[in-house]
Amino acid sequence: MAVTQPEILAVTGNEAVAEAMGQIDPDVVCAYPITPQTEVVQLYAQMVADGRVSTEFVTVESEHSAMSAVIGSAAGGARTMTATSSQGFALMWEVLFVAASYRLPVVMTTVNRALSGPINIHCDHSDTMGGRDTGWIQLYGENHQEAYDNCIQGVRIAEHMDVRLPVMHMYDGYVISGAIGPLQMLTKEQVQAFVGPYRAVNPMLDTKNPVTVGPFDGLHGWYFEHKVAQNRAMDRAFKVIQDAADEYAELSGRRYGLLDPYRLDDAEIAIVVVGSTAGTTRMIVDKLRDRGVKAGMVRVRVFRPFPHKEFAQALQHVKVVGVMDRADSFGAQGGPVFMEIRSALYDCDPRPQVLPFIYGLGGRDIFPDNIEQAFAELEEAARSKGRASTGRRYLNLRKD
Amino acid sequence: MTTKSGTQKVEAPPALTEIRWHGRGGQGAVTAAKLVAELALGQGKFFQAFPEYGPERSGAPIVAFTRVSDAPIQVYSGVEHPQIVVVLDPSLLSIVNVTAGAPDDAIVLVNSEMSPAELRRHYGLEGFAYYTVAATRIAVETIKRPIPNTPMVGALTRITGLFPIDDVVAFLREDFGKKFPPKVVEGNIAAITRSYEEVQAE
Repeated sequence: MAVTQPEILAVTGNEAVAEAMGQIDPDVVCAYPITPQTEVVQLYAQMVADGRVSTEFVTVESEHSAMSAVIGSAAGGARTMTATSSQGFALMWEVLFVAASYRLPVVMTTVNRALSGPINIHCDHSDTMGGRDTGWIQLYGENHQEAYDNCIQGVRIAEHMDVRLPVMHMYDGYVISGAIGPLQMLTKEQVQAFVGPYRAVNPMLDTKNPVTVGPFDGLHGWYFEHKVAQNRAMDRAFKVIQDAADEYAELSGRRYGLLDPYRLDDAEIAIVVVGSTAGTTRMIVDKLRDRGVKAGMVRVRVFRPFPHKEFAQALQHVKVVGVMDRADSFGAQGGPVFMEIRSALYDCDPRPQVLPFIYGLGGRDIFPDNIEQAFAELEEAARSKGRASTGRRYLNLRKD
Repeated sequence: MTTKSGTQKVEAPPALTEIRWHGRGGQGAVTAAKLVAELALGQGKFFQAFPEYGPERSGAPIVAFTRVSDAPIQVYSGVEHPQIVVVLDPSLLSIVNVTAGAPDDAIVLVNSEMSPAELRRHYGLEGFAYYTVAATRIAVETIKRPIPNTPMVGALTRITGLFPIDDVVAFLREDFGKKFPPKVVEGNIAAITRSYEEVQAE
């Protein structure tokens, strides 16, 4: 199908996502309107005030209340969205599990930023990596365009009857959220056709068919079975995420997968990375390839559910894999992405070496040189006969 | 593995232009960085503009970056080796190393009443290619506010040749025309065209 290319706009990442939300035009947006909230909610409030959307916009007194109101709205039968970041995400914590276990197809934008302390408002992935076991689907975008695209695809994924789980989609705080970059938008009609009309399942506001949502389920109840059902929905989500991406590609010309490999086919060393740093890494892969180094990269797009089979297939032939985490799991063997990748490659024979790199915490910049240094360590490990230490490597850590 | 800014030559391909803006909070450095990105878009080029984030305090030194390229821009780190440095407040020359990491042939455009030669003598500046323009005075006389950002873009247009001045004027007339009253738009256009004419080379 021929795709006509729309004009390129110069927008911030937050503007891109607010526009996506406006085109989705959900029934309800519940959000906390004050810092650590991002500009997304402010821009959306403006759209509501200007009559550009038909959304009922509910401001609340905390992020805990924001997620609680989202749950109430979604359980009531409304297509519901929200946005958050950093400490706000942390304050939502206990209710995030509730949204997932009620199987509410909410879509939430989370701008990835550090958690206190010391107080720091800058980019890293500590907030949502900490929320990986809440039962939400997690999509990590690389740039302005993908932040917009993932927001729209999130609706289809969350609401699919094989899934019915909340989706959070992320992009890097400031690096993308506050920076000006290029964006091509679909029309509102295209987005509306793609997301389709909302289908509420067992809505509480259907008074002719009364239902109870979230009652006490005691020692002899079905809590365990309920959790297994959530996990089965996660398994089914792989296909739904890919199908939504393929259908979206027909519309936009932009293709997305569960993961995003680059020059990996014959790679001997490779880096796994999440978010905007993938762009810088690709540039270094090209530079190394020009020098004859068989370097490759793969970007994590979907982190929950984690496409472990696809990663094993993509990386099984690589000698040494470096995993770059922009969050740490203190006292664990490495960061959260490292542990997933290492586990995914355990059954490969021969088994690639997997080395942990931590970078960019609290917004510490990650320069091309730092990524080249990481590749140099991988090269050295690939050349040596023994297996390299799996201790953490820190990129651009101050020595003074 | 610390990356320290050095003085090595830029390794980026020539199609990529990297600009670093030094200003003080309230002088519109971030707005100027974004304006250049939008002008690049108008030329069919790829672009990126972002500030070095921190608490926004009026008068405090701030840094912003613009990248302009013929190809999609993938790098997302701060600019380490700017080919062009724009200094919106000359007093920063005494307190910030504005040319840190810049290659030897970098262009440094400074908002100052002095000529480049006077500026060099006054601040003891060596190397690089300095240009000056009295952007604050031009802003006061045209926009009626001491915000030097748009005049600096006019001077930048002249010395870099990134965009034809006619395109810059046309963009301002259309884009600012949507946001500001005609008096403000014409003031900004006058500021840009005057600084385009008045920028001094060595």
